Amino acid sequence: MTVTLPALLSQLLLGLVNGSFYAMLSLGLAVIFGLLGVINFAHGALFMMGAVIAWMGATYWSINYWVMLLLAPLLVGAFGIVIERLLLRRIYRLDPLYGLLLTLGLTLLIEGAFRSAYGVSGLGYDTPELLEGATSVGFMMLPNYRAWVVAVSVAVCLATWFLIEKTRLGAYLRAGTENPRLVEAFGINVPLMVMLTYGFGVALAAFAGVLAAPVIQVTPLMGQNLIIVVFAVVVIGGMGSIMGSVLTGLGLGVIEGLTKVFYPEASSTVVFLIMVVVLLVRPAGLFGKEA
Amino acid sequence: MQDKTRTVLTLALAAAGLVATAAHAQEKVKIGLVTDMSGLYADLEGKNGAIAMQMAIDDFGGKVLGQPIELLTADHQNKPDIAASKAREWIDTQGVTMVFGGTNSGTALATAKVAAEKKRVYFNNGAGTSVLTNEQCSPYTVHYAYDTVALAKGTGSAVVDRGGKSWFFLTADYAFGHALEADTTTVVKAKGGTVVGAVRHPLSASDFSSFLLQAQNSKAQILGLANAGGDTINAIKAAREFGINKSMKIAGLLVFLTDIHSLGLKNTEGLLHTTSWYWDRNDASRQFGQRFFEKTKRMPTDVQAADYSAVTTYLKAVQTAKTTDSDKVMAELKRMKIDDFYGKGYIREDGSFIHDMYLVEAKSQAESKKPWDYLKVIATLPGEQIFTTKAETKCALWK
Repeated sequence: MTVTLPALLSQLLLGLVNGSFYAMLSLGLAVIFGLLGVINFAHGALFMMGAVIAWMGATYWSINYWVMLLLAPLLVGAFGIVIERLLLRRIYRLDPLYGLLLTLGLTLLIEGAFRSAYGVSGLGYDTPELLEGATSVGFMMLPNYRAWVVAVSVAVCLATWFLIEKTRLGAYLRAGTENPRLVEAFGINVPLMVMLTYGFGVALAAFAGVLAAPVIQVTPLMGQNLIIVVFAVVVIGGMGSIMGSVLTGLGLGVIEGLTKVFYPEASSTVVFLIMVVVLLVRPAGLFGKEA
Repeated sequence: MQDKTRTVLTLALAAAGLVATAAHAQEKVKIGLVTDMSGLYADLEGKNGAIAMQMAIDDFGGKVLGQPIELLTADHQNKPDIAASKAREWIDTQGVTMVFGGTNSGTALATAKVAAEKKRVYFNNGAGTSVLTNEQCSPYTVHYAYDTVALAKGTGSAVVDRGGKSWFFLTADYAFGHALEADTTTVVKAKGGTVVGAVRHPLSASDFSSFLLQAQNSKAQILGLANAGGDTINAIKAAREFGINKSMKIAGLLVFLTDIHSLGLKNTEGLLHTTSWYWDRNDASRQFGQRFFEKTKRMPTDVQAADYSAVTTYLKAVQTAKTTDSDKVMAELKRMKIDDFYGKGYIREDGSFIHDMYLVEAKSQAESKKPWDYLKVIATLPGEQIFTTKAETKCALWK
């Protein structure tokens, strides 16, 4: 098979679109793991919830895409806060494995509930009118909506990184997870901060879900298909490293896109191959700090 | 000590064997359905398929040979090892008299092998692969609804006849996709068409845009979708987003009513495909459709209708043969004539249920007058021609 340059460039661009979703999701996971030490397996289910809520808004109350892009993350974020208060808070002192099991259980419950309500074939969600159609970028016709996805997710990722690494609030957060007692002694409400962090992390997942709704069919399984890859992304990037997970997400999206051209059969496994190699060479991940 | 343990074990195993034999001697009919209950194929059969089967059992009176009929169900999660071990467990410990395999060809081939080895009747609806009644045919297999050969001949010839000479395939990378691609290629080439290329995607891939661009670059006229369920839905959705439906015509090689329902007619208008049954075809099919709708709030897919019909056919065979003995029931199944709301025909030596199929096209939004009014029947495809013919078969039972 011969691959022409325009074909290659367009595949790279499409890889970047998928990479944006990986980046947004792994970013949320990295923030939650970095600050709470919880491996949030429910991330995929919450991503799906964001998309389904966007669909519900459009179908039952005719609320448009732009409003849902804000509303769905708020609702899912609030749901996340409830989870944190009722369940996660009780297991912070235990082995991280308990967090994984708890959130896996939540995933099964959430997905099961949506599956019995809506089935698996899914629900159609239309592209917002403003972003319909495609623009020529020289080597291909790029659907406007996909361009928007890349732009907005890169912006959100950078903003998150800035917030946590460069602001005073972010400094409190990082300090709070290093030594909660000391930070509390300075009069900062650490449990509240941790709760809001979890809410923010899952809101990011829901935001990605709303972004994905017009691109892939909204189904109860949409998170499941993605989440395993996203975990691999986090492992490759290094658990808890924020910039690492963003860059790895985008990079792996591109590598996966190239695999789809040269050896499509391996496109669902290439990420895991890379994970194996990275773990052998750098067990802490590409951007992780060696313990 | 070890000898003693071994003796106890042997005794326990022998006792278990006795129980199984005893259950069999009671002639109780137990049907075990193992299908995708939660994954990408769950809507086209799944738990509603089990509901259709239970309707068939209830309509039959709930009893056969004076014994109650029991339906067991399991979710194989699209994993052949789970499907096979469930079938083995049911046959060995539950005395299941008929194993019913649902969607997914990988699981179907694995389960059919177990049933053949245990000499137990095996029905399948929903798995496409023609290998079930061809290379790997078994005296205990009945392939009821459709197979990849019939789908390929139906849609493949209709599309080539309408001028779609050059094809590019988007194929699900497992037994079913491979069989559908191969069978359609044969039909396209026999009709004077060409296949310019194919790309194989993993099962339940979430993003199809990359594969679709490759299809577009091939400059073929026809994009043949050799996949099903959630994969077909996402492929059609992405094709529309990238405007590929304007430069190429899409041929769905296996499309279900639930796929059209979920994509909407806006996305599927004019989609040509082959189906074994459609609810709004005649009074009998409408009547079944309505009854099913009242229970499930959805119109049945052809697989779900076939589930009802297949269970009824099996129960009739047991009643006539006056036994659940697999060899005698299989002999009766291959002797009897089938004629119900689903189809009219007979089960051939290779295990295929020979019945008519239908070439259908998705309506436009304007043509659709009521809920679930999605398809118009373009042609009836005679069973004798649409399934594998004697000249084509590789099945040793039918030579």
